[in-house]
Amino acid sequence: MSEPVLAVENLSIAFASGRTTRRAVHDLSFAVDRGETLAIVGESGCGKSITALSLLGLVPPPGRIDGGRVRLEGRDLAALSEAELRKVRGARIAMIFQEPMTALNPVLTIGEQIMEAILEHERVGRAAARDRAIALLERVHIPDARRRFSDFPHRLSGGMRQRVMIAMALALSPAVLVADEPTTALDVTIQAQILDLMDELKRESGTAVVLITHDLGVVAQHADRVLVMYAGRKVEERATADLFARPLHPYTRGLIAARPRLGSGRFGRQRLVEIPGTVPSLSGRPSGCAFAPRCALAEVACTVAVPPLVAAGGGSVACLRSGDVHVPEHRREALDA
Amino acid sequence: MARYLKRSLGQIAFVIIGIAVINFFLLRLAPGDAAQVMAGEAGSATPEYMAALRQQFGLDQPLYVQFLSYLKNVLTLNLGYSFRQGMPVSELIALRLPATLLLMGTSIAFAVSVGGTLGFLAARHAGRLADTVISSVALVFYATPVFWIGVMLVVVFSVLLDWLPVGGMASIESGLTGLGYAADVAQHLILPALTLGLFYLAIYTRLMRASMLEVYGQDFVRTARAKGVRPRRIALRHVLRNALLPIVTTLGVQLGSILGGAILVETVFAWPGLGRLAFEALFQRDLNLLLGILFCSSVVVVFVNLAVDLAYTVLDPRIELS
Amino acid sequence: MALLDFASPPVSSQAAAAPRDTLLRRLLRRPSAVVGLIFFALIIAMAASADIVYPDDPLDMVAQPFLWPGQDAAYPLGTDMLGRDIASGIFHGARVSLLIGAVATLVSLVIGVTTGAVSGYYGGRLDAGLMRVTELFQTVPPFLFALAIVAILQPSIPTITFAIGITAWPSLARLVRAEVLKLRHGEMVAASIALGASDGRIILLHILPNTLAPVIVSASILVASAILTESSLAFLGLGDPNVVSWGGMVGAGREVLRTDWYVATLPGLAIVAAVLALNLLGDGLNDALNPKGARR
Repeated sequence: MSEPVLAVENLSIAFASGRTTRRAVHDLSFAVDRGETLAIVGESGCGKSITALSLLGLVPPPGRIDGGRVRLEGRDLAALSEAELRKVRGARIAMIFQEPMTALNPVLTIGEQIMEAILEHERVGRAAARDRAIALLERVHIPDARRRFSDFPHRLSGGMRQRVMIAMALALSPAVLVADEPTTALDVTIQAQILDLMDELKRESGTAVVLITHDLGVVAQHADRVLVMYAGRKVEERATADLFARPLHPYTRGLIAARPRLGSGRFGRQRLVEIPGTVPSLSGRPSGCAFAPRCALAEVACTVAVPPLVAAGGGSVACLRSGDVHVPEHRREALDA
Repeated sequence: MARYLKRSLGQIAFVIIGIAVINFFLLRLAPGDAAQVMAGEAGSATPEYMAALRQQFGLDQPLYVQFLSYLKNVLTLNLGYSFRQGMPVSELIALRLPATLLLMGTSIAFAVSVGGTLGFLAARHAGRLADTVISSVALVFYATPVFWIGVMLVVVFSVLLDWLPVGGMASIESGLTGLGYAADVAQHLILPALTLGLFYLAIYTRLMRASMLEVYGQDFVRTARAKGVRPRRIALRHVLRNALLPIVTTLGVQLGSILGGAILVETVFAWPGLGRLAFEALFQRDLNLLLGILFCSSVVVVFVNLAVDLAYTVLDPRIELS
Repeated sequence: MALLDFASPPVSSQAAAAPRDTLLRRLLRRPSAVVGLIFFALIIAMAASADIVYPDDPLDMVAQPFLWPGQDAAYPLGTDMLGRDIASGIFHGARVSLLIGAVATLVSLVIGVTTGAVSGYYGGRLDAGLMRVTELFQTVPPFLFALAIVAILQPSIPTITFAIGITAWPSLARLVRAEVLKLRHGEMVAASIALGASDGRIILLHILPNTLAPVIVSASILVASAILTESSLAFLGLGDPNVVSWGGMVGAGREVLRTDWYVATLPGLAIVAAVLALNLLGDGLNDALNPKGARR
């Protein structure tokens, strides 16, 4: 197989505050191929959003990448100067954000904002940039694109704004599109439309997609592979179908069980199981497996050292007890009672 | 738009009536009744004259009748007569208003342009030396009383260096006309405008810096970075445009306070404007004139705020007049 | 379908080990706030010790006029055109400035907080009416307004204080109203209503304490601007004629600007120091009380 478009190798991201440094992302590695969608999932606070920003070299201070590499089309982004990095951003790797309400500049028309992406990277005239921007608006299925071009963002619905964000991100046919919770802020019906649009554009252009989400329903339908993060570490990475068929990490099991499900159970009487506890804060991470305090299967060994990632089930998992991820019979009875 | 105008007209009417009420009762707070105050102004206080005055101004009428007639006078811009100056109050004010507007306009232009630029620079270099220097200087000027800045500028530029005139609006015996006159006035304008401007310069520097930093933290700036937009262009096109909005609002809110500053500056530099007139009225206990100035400057503030509202709709497409 | 047992207790929060972070401690971490605190303490010390250090009336003639600072060790800051001790004037002036600044701010606080709280809590027509009045008071140029009030009532410490207080409250009313609006529909207030608490009790016990942080910050800035206004009034000759005031001293010094500029300069520096101190303190309090606002 040829080299992946995006390869992240042993990435670590740290936040310095005063004399203490806290690590938000530990030793994270993954790769994405052309035309592939990799989903990164986890609860809020697990480090997925900061990972997304790091792919564009946009980790906000006081955070910084303090280890590992991000290779985009074979080039190490850390080795680039800020000016060179800027030429890559928006052109070779683009990003769309969670909040379409605030991600667009309120005092510029949407057309101007799309044109800006083109004009910053290519030597084209304003008229040509304008035509391309209108074509992009049509491509993301915005009706009456020519007229919409000169609308300000506040005149558009959330879904329409997210379409504008996608048009802007795809303006220069990037190799990688990073989408950080692109549909979380939208209505359910609009969510599906936006994700279908992203799939359609991906098929047409072969762009690789890194989809950051906490919604396993979205993952099941739109991702080829899934990377599960917990407390800044990768705990499991598998092909989507494999992961849902047989999750290996107890945390993954918990996420799948906690997912609200339509259609199963009678008249909405299905159980919504929550994982007790919360993701530990950056300062309060236990030694050993970060998930151990919330894990029913945890044993002494789990709290001694961080479990290594090992190949399993066609992917990898970091759990000492991944072989035992099933529910002991007596406990299930107790729960059902 | 029509609805907006209707509503603003309602607001203006409310403000005008409100100020008339305040003025009416302020005058009643003065020791003695208005007849005594006015008789004192006119310089004669025989009982017959007082009675005549009371009758003339309806002071023997019930309070609400007095108020209604006062309101009628105010609405027809009849602000009374200044015995000390021997002129109707409204005429006096019309005579002095241009000088004040010239002073205020120059100061505001100076404060907003220089203060805005300094605040912009401070925000772009936040946390570094340039920011520290600009912010500290702004803070010191922010804490310095306007009149004292004026006095100190006079000491330095008029007394010690003898570069600029101490006060007044033009050299009296020069007999200059046309451009020469304009240049003479400009020379007299420098110190007063600088004095009034420096205090507000400090305000706009601080405001612009805070506003820029606020906007820098917003999502659309991150979007622009992710698009690969150059930092300079982000600052000018994305951040500055949005950061200007609170500046415009503040300008409208502060106009009244700038007018107050003008009184002090005009007093220090003998600038023949409304403020100087208010100072004279104060010392001659010409209360009619003082309250007339209070009324007129409030009306100016109302109308400038209307203009600011209109300017805002141009700057911020989200705001529509309704 | 298999249910997983995640029933073990959640990990307890471990962040509580840090030493208690008091407001003072947070203030002392900012150099500018420390400078403000020191200046402010100095001015309070001057005001408190004025009667001990300079027991005589600062308006009395004590030495020959126009002694320059440093010329006579007994009068370190010199004397003015009437032979009054400038240092004594500055010490006693601190009292007047602080007194008027503090009481005028108190007046503004009472009017502004009441208006804002009632307006924000009850909403509707009452709110619309009160906001109209607030707007009116914001339209009338505050300094000119204060000037007219003092001129009409005759200058004295109470009238000056009242005039400053009555013209400075609108911004505070708007601030409090905005804060109250945020809290008004919160769960805590809903719970109190469900428990049958009276409106007054809800406002006093549940809403106002939560608006304290921004109000404290504004209050320190209000004291600073009250001191500025008082000195400006006194500069124009509208100070209480029976007490010494920094602004009045600058005004008097103007007459001799050409030859003895120190007379107008020194009291002005005292005003700058006092106002600067309160502003630095206000900025520091703002950062300390509102860590989110202090991103950079």
